[in-house]
Amino acid sequence: MSNTPPTPDHELPRTHYLNATYGSGIRSWLLTTDHKRIALLYLGSVTVFFFIGGVFATMIRIHLLTPGGALVTPETYNKLFTMHGVAMIFFFLIPSIPAVLGNFLIPLMIGAKDLAFPKINLLSWYIYIIGGCFVLYSFSTGGLDTGWTFYTPLSSVYSNSAVTPAVIGIFINGFSSILTGLNFIVTIHTMRAPGMTWFRLPLFVWAHYATSLVMILGTPVIAITLLLAGLERMFHLGFFNPALGGDPILFQHLFWFYSHPAVYIMVLPAMGVVSEIIPTFARKPIFGYSFIAGSSIAIAVIGFLVWAHHMFVTGESTYAALTFSFLSYVVAIPSAVKVFNWTSTLYKGSISWDPPMIYALGFIGLFVIGGLTGLSLACLGLDIHIHDTYFVVAHFHYIMVGGAVMGYVGGLHFWWPKITGRLYPETLSRAAAITLFFGFNLTFFPQFILGYLGMPRRYHTYPPEFQVLNVLSTAGASILALGYLLPMAYFAWSMRYGRVAGPNPWPATGLEWRTASPPPTENFDVTPEVTWEPYDFQNRPDLGLAADAPSLAPAHGDD
Amino acid sequence: MQSQLPLYPEQASNFAPHVDALMVFITAVCLFFAAAITTAIVVFFFKYHRKAPNAVGIPIDEDSRLEATWMIVPLILAMAMFSWGAIVYVDYRRAPQDTLDIYVIGKQWMWKAQQPNGLKEINELHVPVGRNIRLIMASEDVIHDFFVPAFRVKMDVVPGHYNTMWFRPTKPGRYHFFCSQYCGTNHALMGGWVTVLEPSDYSAWLSGSSGGNANPVVAGEKLYAEKTCSTCHIANGTGRAPSLNGLYGAQVLLADGSTVAADETYIRESILQPNAKIVAGYLPLMPSFQGQLTEEQILALTAYIKSLQSQPVPAKGSGIAPPTGKR
Repeated sequence: MSNTPPTPDHELPRTHYLNATYGSGIRSWLLTTDHKRIALLYLGSVTVFFFIGGVFATMIRIHLLTPGGALVTPETYNKLFTMHGVAMIFFFLIPSIPAVLGNFLIPLMIGAKDLAFPKINLLSWYIYIIGGCFVLYSFSTGGLDTGWTFYTPLSSVYSNSAVTPAVIGIFINGFSSILTGLNFIVTIHTMRAPGMTWFRLPLFVWAHYATSLVMILGTPVIAITLLLAGLERMFHLGFFNPALGGDPILFQHLFWFYSHPAVYIMVLPAMGVVSEIIPTFARKPIFGYSFIAGSSIAIAVIGFLVWAHHMFVTGESTYAALTFSFLSYVVAIPSAVKVFNWTSTLYKGSISWDPPMIYALGFIGLFVIGGLTGLSLACLGLDIHIHDTYFVVAHFHYIMVGGAVMGYVGGLHFWWPKITGRLYPETLSRAAAITLFFGFNLTFFPQFILGYLGMPRRYHTYPPEFQVLNVLSTAGASILALGYLLPMAYFAWSMRYGRVAGPNPWPATGLEWRTASPPPTENFDVTPEVTWEPYDFQNRPDLGLAADAPSLAPAHGDD
Repeated sequence: MQSQLPLYPEQASNFAPHVDALMVFITAVCLFFAAAITTAIVVFFFKYHRKAPNAVGIPIDEDSRLEATWMIVPLILAMAMFSWGAIVYVDYRRAPQDTLDIYVIGKQWMWKAQQPNGLKEINELHVPVGRNIRLIMASEDVIHDFFVPAFRVKMDVVPGHYNTMWFRPTKPGRYHFFCSQYCGTNHALMGGWVTVLEPSDYSAWLSGSSGGNANPVVAGEKLYAEKTCSTCHIANGTGRAPSLNGLYGAQVLLADGSTVAADETYIRESILQPNAKIVAGYLPLMPSFQGQLTEEQILALTAYIKSLQSQPVPAKGSGIAPPTGKR
C-alpha cells in the first residue's frame, strides 16, 4: 500500500551512538554528552510522566461516568485533574518534542557533531529530573489541588495540599527549558554545515528556533511568578493576597504571560514535525517554505501579546479586553497560513500512505478543529458564556493533545528508523494512527457541546442532564488509551525484532538521512556540504528516485 | 426543557440571543473552512496517491498572491468576528442606569445574595423578569465566578475587587447558576438556582419573606456610627474629612489634580486603602479598615454612603469636584 521502493536488506552499522564510546553500561548513559543519548534519556523520562498523567486522566474519565462521581472523593478528584495538568504540561508536553526530537535531530539536520554546549545539554536533563522529583514528592505527600494554573489566593493561602514542593519543582524545571532553548539558538546560529544557509534549514529547525525564543523569554516569568506564590504561601509576603495588600489579578497576568506562549512551545515543534513529514511523503518541495518559516516566528512574537485573553471575565478593563481579543485574532492568521500551505503541498504530490503521513494528516484535522474553536474563545461576546466551561477544555486538548501529541507521536514514527535503526510493523501503526484520531474526536468533541450547554470545568459532580455527553467522552477515552498503548508496544517490540531500516528508508531529503541509522556518535563521518534546496526530490540522484521519469502530468510553468 | 440532547441551553436573558447568534456565525465560518480543508486533503490523498514506487511529485512554485489571499481573507473574517463580539461585550460591561442592584458574596463554598430591601438568600437568587439586574459581587476568600448558562453571562468574583455584571431576564423560570472559577474542594457544589419571577410575583415574594432581615442601609448607618466614621466625615463639611453627602456617582477631585468617579469600587478602596486616593485639600489621616470589616459590612457601609446621595452637599468641605463645563 505504501508504495515505498522495495528496500534491499540492510544491516545495522557495526558501531553507532548506542553501542560506541563507553559501551552501553548505565554509567555511559548517565554521563553522556551525546545529544542523541540525552534525547533518549528525555524520551524515557517524558514517557514516565506521560504515563503518570495518563493514569490520572483515566481516573478522571471513569469518575465522570455518573453525575455524582463514580470513583473518588471531591478532594481526590481535584488532585487528579491538577496533577494530570502539571505532569502533562510541565513535564511531558513542553519538553516532549524539543527535548526528545529536537535534541536528537537539530545537530543532524544542520550537519553538526553535537549541540553547541553538550555538557549544558546533559545538565538540562538533570535539572528536569530534579524538578520532576520535587513534583513527584508533592504528588505523593498530600498531592496538589490548586489546578495547574495555581491561581492565587487559593494556591498561596487556602489550599491544604503540597503546593510548596510543586512550585519549587516547576521553578527548577524552568531552567531546563531555558538552557535547552539557549543551546538550540546558539547551535542553529553557529554550527550549520557549509552550504546550510538559513533558507535551506529544515522547517523543523525554524520551528525550534521560534520555540527556543519563547522558552528563553517566557520561562523566567513563570518561574519567578510561581516562586512569588510560594513565598507568599511560606512566609506570608503579600504579593497576590488582597488581605496582605496584594492583587490576585496580578498573578494571572504574570502566569499567562508565560503560559499562553507555552502553548506555542508545545505546538510549534509539532508544526515543525508536520512540515517535515508532508513534503517527504508527498515527494515534493513544501509549498510556501518562507511563509511557513516566517509564520513560526510570527506566532512566537505575536504569541507574547495575547495573554490576557484568558482574563476577559476577571473584570479587566474593557479596553484591555478589546486589545487582547484583537491580537488573538491576529495570531490566528499565521497558523492558518501553515495549514493552507501544508494542504497545497499535497496538490500534485506523489502521496504515500506510510504511517507518519497518516499521523501528520491526523494532526492537521485535529489542529484545524482546535484552532477554529479558538476563534470562538477569542470572541469577547462569546467568551462571556464559554469561558471556564468544557468548551475550553475541549479546545485546548485539541491543540495540545490532538495537535502537539499527534505531532510528537507522528515524529517518533518518522524518525524511529533513524533513532533505532529499525522499522515498526506498518499496518499496525497505521491502525494505531486511525484509532488515535477517532478515539480523540469521540473523547473531546462532546466536550464542546457540554461546554456550550454550560458545564463548568473542574467539576467532580454535575447535573444529570450532562451525563450522556460525559459517557460518550469516557467511551472515546478508552479508545484513545488503546491508540497510545499500541505504539508503545510495537515500538518496544521493534527495537529488537523490527526490520533493519537502512540509512534512508522513506527516502527523505534532510541531512539526518545522509548518515547511518542509527548514526555514529559523531553524526557524520565527514562534515557534509549542502548543495541542494530543501525538500528537493528532483535534483537528488542519491535518493534513488525517478528524477527524470515521466511525471504524473506535464509540469506547467506556473501551477 | 428542550429535546433529549440539546445543543444550547435555554435562552432566558437579553444576551442569550446575541451570544447564540455569534456562535452560529463563527461556527458557520469555521465549518466552511474546515470542510474546504478536509475535502482538499481527502481528495488529494486519493487522487495523488503514489502511482509508482519511485514517482516524485511535481514541484509548484511559491505564489505570493495566493499567500496574500489566504492571509487577507481570513483576517477580514476574523475582524468581523472580533467586531461583533466586541459590540456584545461592551454592552455587557457597561450596565444601563436603571438597574435593580443585588449584592452577591461568594465564599467557599456558597453564594449569599442580598436584595435591595435587605432580604438575604443562600444559593438562590430571585429576580423579576424584564428588569435590568445588576449584581455587585465580592468574595470573602478566593476567586469565584458567577455563571448563569441560560443568561449566557458570567463574571469572576475576586477578593479585594468589586466586579459587577448585568442582564435582563426575559423568561420566567428556574435556571442553574454555577461557580465556574475553580475555588477548592467543593467548587462543584457551589451553585444554585436563579428564579425569574413575574414582577408582581417578585414583589409578593420580597414582601412576603422580608421580615427579620436588616436593611443594608440601616445596618450601614449603624456601622458608620460604631466605627466612628462620623467623627471626621461630618455631614456639614466641618470635619477633618470630607462630607459624604451627594458623594455617590459624583466626580471627586484628588490631591494630584485628577478626578475619579465615586462608584462602589472607589468607595470600597477608600475604606480599605484610604491613602490610595487622597481628596484634594485633605491630609492622609484615615486608618485602613483592611481586615476589620467583613465583605457584608463593607457592602452595608457602601449602601449607606450611596443613600447619602440625595442629602444636601455642603458648599465647603466636600470632596466633590466643582462643576466644569463638561459636567
